[in-house]
Amino acid sequence: MKQPLVRFTNVSFTYARAQGRGGWQALRDVNLEVFEHEFVAVLGRNGSGKSTLAKHVNALLTPTSGQVLVAGLDTSVPENVWEIRQKVGMVFQNPDNQLVATTVEEDVAFGPENLGIPPAEIQRRVTEALEAVGMLQYRLHPPHRLSGGQKQRVAIAGIVSMRPKCIVLDEPTAMLDPAGRREVMETIHRLNKEEGITVLHITHHMDEVIGADRVLVMDQGRIVLEGTPREVFSQGELLRELHLDVPQITDLAQRLASRGVSIPSGILTVNEMVMHLCPSD
Amino acid sequence: MSIRLENVSFRYLEDTPMETEALLDVTLEIADGEFVGIIGPTGSGKSTLIQHFNGLLLPSSGKVWVDGVDLTHKDTQLRQIRQKVGMVFQYPEHQLFGETVLEDVGFGPRNMGLAEEEVVERVRRALAYVGLDFAELKDQSPFELSGGQKRRVAIAGVLAMEPSVLILDEPTAGLDPKGREEILDEICTLHRERGITVILVTHSMEDVARLVDRLIVMDRGRVALDGTPVEVFRQAETLKELGLGLPQVTELMHELKAKGMAVDTDVLTVEAAEEEIVKALGGQR
Ligand SMILES: Nc1ncnc2c1ncn2[C@@H]1O[C@H](COP(=O)(O)OP(=O)(O)OP(=O)(O)O)[C@@H](O)[C@H]1O
Ligand SMILES: Nc1ncnc2c1ncn2[C@@H]1O[C@H](COP(=O)(O)OP(=O)(O)O)[C@@H](O)[C@H]1O
Ligand SMILES: [Mg+2]
Ligand SMILES: [Mg+2]
Repeated sequence: MKQPLVRFTNVSFTYARAQGRGGWQALRDVNLEVFEHEFVAVLGRNGSGKSTLAKHVNALLTPTSGQVLVAGLDTSVPENVWEIRQKVGMVFQNPDNQLVATTVEEDVAFGPENLGIPPAEIQRRVTEALEAVGMLQYRLHPPHRLSGGQKQRVAIAGIVSMRPKCIVLDEPTAMLDPAGRREVMETIHRLNKEEGITVLHITHHMDEVIGADRVLVMDQGRIVLEGTPREVFSQGELLRELHLDVPQITDLAQRLASRGVSIPSGILTVNEMVMHLCPSD
Repeated sequence: MSIRLENVSFRYLEDTPMETEALLDVTLEIADGEFVGIIGPTGSGKSTLIQHFNGLLLPSSGKVWVDGVDLTHKDTQLRQIRQKVGMVFQYPEHQLFGETVLEDVGFGPRNMGLAEEEVVERVRRALAYVGLDFAELKDQSPFELSGGQKRRVAIAGVLAMEPSVLILDEPTAGLDPKGREEILDEICTLHRERGITVILVTHSMEDVARLVDRLIVMDRGRVALDGTPVEVFRQAETLKELGLGLPQVTELMHELKAKGMAVDTDVLTVEAAEEEIVKALGGQR
């Protein structure tokens, strides 16, 4: 059997809270396997445990009980952390907090420099990484002058330059305009398909889930639903109970079906809808 | 309260090599009780524009009046204006500071000199508006909340001041779909029942399409379009050039029409799309 890249076994996690008010259990007995090259999307209401789960993948947090293995390495063993962080990079929500250097190029070089990689090799990796996110022509620009979507692509390049096996993105598009969101989504799909990088993508935008191989839905610290986007979005009622939703087009298709229009229920995109309603050509 | 800008230009870092022209000769008026949406690509000047509405930024040239008061006049008390024009910033969670949620949300009302009982009552109401439980959270540190919970607390802090004008800069980023809908519905209710003026900056075409009476589109420091959502979303080409696009259902109607289906493209909501398609199909049979 193929070995998963990431394996959670009965993972629970409790945040210690200030002022002796006891802890808060943010993960409850989570079991999960993510395989190499997979694109996994994670949905869940505010406070359901998504960010806590994500932080366990690169050992920013370690389980209170249970075990997380990344490429066979136990995240609870301190000697493993360095190696795990090279295999798993994280991108966060706010593009302004992640870039530190005065040029795009220096920012992307930061990670490999920390690994003690020789300068010629760093140059090569920086070029490759910026190329991979479509930002090579901006290599000498100051990061703070870029648009939100461009900043996030530079943050992603900073991780790609470490040659990771997996990127975990925690709501990377939440602050972006529609064009920025599209840029980032296209970039991570390309990295997944062409570079084979495993992606764990957390989002509140239902339409960003459509291209994923698998969707996990979290609620109260547990994974409560799992499947392909089509399978998950066919459960409109359950999703709404979990404070989530289906894409607008899926909602429309379900409404049309209930009005007697012959249309399959699993429609996810405008294109699919047009093809079903105007099948002539 | 009405807001009027006349020939407003604004430059960041004026007279330095980093000078950026963020607003260019903007003239507009927002009437008392309007519900206005502002959209535009990153860097188009949305955040800069709204910070002129309560005097957080003053124009490099031009004039701003709020409720007839000239904000650029040196004797104007900006502090009073800011109590009436409440602003939820783009990253409101950065402004959390209280040791407890109660202290944080109660800060504004307390500062207005209200009695403690009234402060607590307002906090209770404001937390309910944003879907948070007073009893569960009041004594908790705002820093120990999830991203979306922090954002709700920050929005509650502004609602607790009960402003006459409410400005929200991308308030729903990071909220789950139910939270997004609930908070926007609450804001609609405030608008409808208390007649407050609401100005909503957002990246969601679906949200503005559903909610606002008037839509302003910013492009490189200027007002590019200004009209009802139906009027603005008819300008599909301009919006596409700005990287903005249409609400998903409106885009669908355009595609269906291009394929020869007899549908009206002025459709902005799922409900309206449903009716339009059922009608068009009925006509075909
Ligand atoms: N630093 C912390 N200290 C204590 N409790 C925390 C801390 N961070 C999060 N929590 C709690 O743990 C639970 C899960 O939080 P988490 O940040 O994982 O949620 P999330 O699914 O990422 O939510 P969101 O969609 O709002 O980002 C929440 O109930 C939250 O209040
Ligand atoms: N604090 C600042 N200092 C310098 N330039 C700024 C600052 N804030 C915004 N700008 C610049 O002003 C322009 C408008 O930005 P902003 O109002 O933030 O746009 P939006 O909110 O539409 O994304 C952009 O060119 C941006 O880079
Ligand atoms: Mg989170
Ligand atoms: Mg802004």
